[in-house]
Amino acid sequence: MAGNNPNSTPMNLTLKVWRQKNAKTPGQLVTYKVNDISPDMSFLEMFDVLNEDLLRQGQEPIAFDHDCREGICGMCSMYINGRAHGPEKGTTTCQLHMRKFKDGDTIVVEPWRANAFTVHKDLSVDRSALDRIQQAGGYVSVNTGGVPDANEIPIPKSIADKAFDAATCIQCGACVAACKNASAMLFLSAKVSQLAMLPQGKVERKTRVENMLAQHDAEGFGSCTNIGACAAECPVGISLENIAMLNREYIAAKVTSENIV
Amino acid sequence: MILDAKIPEVVTLDAKIPDGPLAEKWEKHKFNVKLVNPANKRKYDIIIVGSGLAGASAAATLAELGYNVKVFCFQDSARRAHSIAAQGGINAAKNYQNDGDSVYRLFYDTIKGGDYRAREANVYRLAQVSVNIIDQCVAQGVPFAREYGGLLANRSFGGAQVSRTFYARGQTGQQLLLGAYSALNRQIAYGKVQMFPRTEMLDLVMVDGKARGIVTRHLVTGHIESHSAHAVVLATGGYGNVFYLSTNAMGSNTTAIWRAYKKGAFFGNPCFTQIHPTCIPVSGEYQSKLTLMSESLRNDGRVWVPKAKGDKRLAKDIPEDERDYFLERKYPAFGNLVPRDVASRNAKLACDEGRGVGSTGLAVYLDFSDAIKRDGLDKVSQKYGNLFEMYAKITGEDPYQTPMRIYPAVHYTMGGLWVDYNLMTTVPGLYAAGEANFSDHGANRLGASALMQGLADGYFVLPYTIGDYLAQMPAAKVTVDHPAFKEAETNVRATIQKLLSINGTKTVDEFHKELGLLMWDYCGMARNAEGLQYAKGKIQALRKEFWSNVKLYGVNEDMNQTIEKAGRVADFIELGELMVTDALHRNESCGGHFREEYQTPENEALRDDANFAYVAAWEYTGPDSEARLNKEPLAFENVKLTQRSYK
Repeated sequence: MAGNNPNSTPMNLTLKVWRQKNAKTPGQLVTYKVNDISPDMSFLEMFDVLNEDLLRQGQEPIAFDHDCREGICGMCSMYINGRAHGPEKGTTTCQLHMRKFKDGDTIVVEPWRANAFTVHKDLSVDRSALDRIQQAGGYVSVNTGGVPDANEIPIPKSIADKAFDAATCIQCGACVAACKNASAMLFLSAKVSQLAMLPQGKVERKTRVENMLAQHDAEGFGSCTNIGACAAECPVGISLENIAMLNREYIAAKVTSENIV
Repeated sequence: MILDAKIPEVVTLDAKIPDGPLAEKWEKHKFNVKLVNPANKRKYDIIIVGSGLAGASAAATLAELGYNVKVFCFQDSARRAHSIAAQGGINAAKNYQNDGDSVYRLFYDTIKGGDYRAREANVYRLAQVSVNIIDQCVAQGVPFAREYGGLLANRSFGGAQVSRTFYARGQTGQQLLLGAYSALNRQIAYGKVQMFPRTEMLDLVMVDGKARGIVTRHLVTGHIESHSAHAVVLATGGYGNVFYLSTNAMGSNTTAIWRAYKKGAFFGNPCFTQIHPTCIPVSGEYQSKLTLMSESLRNDGRVWVPKAKGDKRLAKDIPEDERDYFLERKYPAFGNLVPRDVASRNAKLACDEGRGVGSTGLAVYLDFSDAIKRDGLDKVSQKYGNLFEMYAKITGEDPYQTPMRIYPAVHYTMGGLWVDYNLMTTVPGLYAAGEANFSDHGANRLGASALMQGLADGYFVLPYTIGDYLAQMPAAKVTVDHPAFKEAETNVRATIQKLLSINGTKTVDEFHKELGLLMWDYCGMARNAEGLQYAKGKIQALRKEFWSNVKLYGVNEDMNQTIEKAGRVADFIELGELMVTDALHRNESCGGHFREEYQTPENEALRDDANFAYVAAWEYTGPDSEARLNKEPLAFENVKLTQRSYK
């Protein structure tokens, strides 16, 4: 079927894909050839085609994480040619399309690599550490019911918009994969600054930043050295300013907090 | 296998709708439900399967009340449930815009939008609690769009003439889910919720006729395990992936509700499927999913096709007077904002007439050039920037320059497990919430109402109704050593071993695509008796072939994505047959169910209220026998049934 693009000439590609049986077994890059790849395919659809081929040949398909395939669930997580989510800026792996590659290209695909992310299998890793950081304080402590009318909490549009920018984080972990220290600081700072900016979140801002940061360190993520690789690779454009805000929040909490962790 | 046997009919279902005037039913019911005293709540365990809007909000709220909750999801984090992908917004009868909205109007629009096939009492309750949802979400820090004065902004959506939709740019679903996820996280931290990610429910366990637990498989280790509780909630979303191509996430599946159906929960209106009008068209055989472009785009985008058949000129070369803005022409009152079923059907009609655009001819234009001229590029990009970007990424085309090409795609399933007013299925102690139940949307859901229903069920309905059930049962626990659990585990293991041992020649995806095409061609936007009969035979044959020729790989005790897919597709095949059976029996057109034999001279859906004003609740009778039809008659005491008109 004709694709959307006038120049949709199929491509032949060489893939070097990380294969690893489980967390305890060492892995290695394995080479595969894929032919007749349409430029209109998404990167994951190219993997679907490869997996179907492998299965028909009686070989084990490659395990990889993916779900919504529209760039919002944060489940897909491939490290492509040395970059988290591949070469296109502001794009998750599922939204990366093969028109970004050329016929004859060799593409290296690895899992997210970080101490805190163990490999489940092949390209699938364990990111539950990010959930545990959220559980340490990424919320406003309100129960269901008994809250004021929504319009009783007016919020200046400029602040609401800024908080929104921080709230768009999809928790994919690309920031960790991109960071040479495997720090999750961009992820953590997005939640801390979203809630610190909003009146609803200000009440618990001190304990929140302390508890979330303590959990971050306990999970084995590295420290932030302000390189900015995280923000450069973030598929939804979370800004480095959030880390500055996190630092400010943390210092303010440390010098004034009565809630020592 | 019985092909043409007459479908036996039995029970008339009691929905347990409280007495009294519509507006007082819920208040009265809340007072009448029995309560579990605070100290006793900790003696009761509740299992919730699914962590989307309905599941996460129910889990957090029930845990806040003091129950012990276990939550299961197949994704690697609760926050990835498919609610996250909802774009447009959430309705609520706040009337912040002073444009004439009210609880009654939201109720009325929803009943009418659903083509009079929803239960009045449920829909009214939904409209009532809609206002509490917005308050709750704002208190959690959900960053809804705001006006310069600092108050909340609204926009309009299809099927309504007021602006009652709250939104968070083009990612309302993500922001609402993150709110519910944060409430859930807080309870996980308190130890009141135990979270089981990457864990899939494979069977429902019943003891003494009541739902008492589930059997699960861990998707990394393959470990099969039982969990017991006093009540089980299924909040596992819809089954649109029965069509293979849909806007659902790749993992969205019917397995939890299907296996509950096979344990005695009735399935309501399975054929009611929503085909969303504004999706990016299919581009090739390899296509794995379809991407929705939010309905909010129809606020400013104008839908058109060329007036002449087979006009292959580029959009910009087709002069204004040779364009047919068919929605504006046929429905002057609602224009481009007609409900989804109407918009989809009209796009299909235009393409069937040979006036479709793009290389496949299966698309219509959604054009923003007038909006850009009127409001300027900046304003349009502020409203829809992220959607335009998404479109450009997928298609390689710039919607600021050339009109978008869109085509309808499967998006939502109004059908699901039948539930009574308390959201309990026909299995005592088994509840269904959100898209997983047959729900409040009748035969067609209005835009921005799915998020509303998911959160209404989870935050504000289940916490009351489950308490009523638990208050009437002893706190004694059933352990997973009970023979019912052992038997269910054995069956689950045997099914997986059977699938692994077939070692045939066709992959699961091949079967899934075949099923999807059958469903789309014969049980999609337009259906007829002949086609449905044909599809039924084909699906039965497909099921046979699946169980003798499917090819999986490897073993159970491993991360094995072929096992996950095979189990889900096996269930989709069976569900597909039930959908066709349902579509075949409903000799009328209503909402998303359009039977070609039943239409008005203007091609609108022709309902038959005398014979079909009921919910069809199907009962499982065995692997090779026809499902049995049960009925819940729908009584309309407050709205008058009319031919739906958006002209």
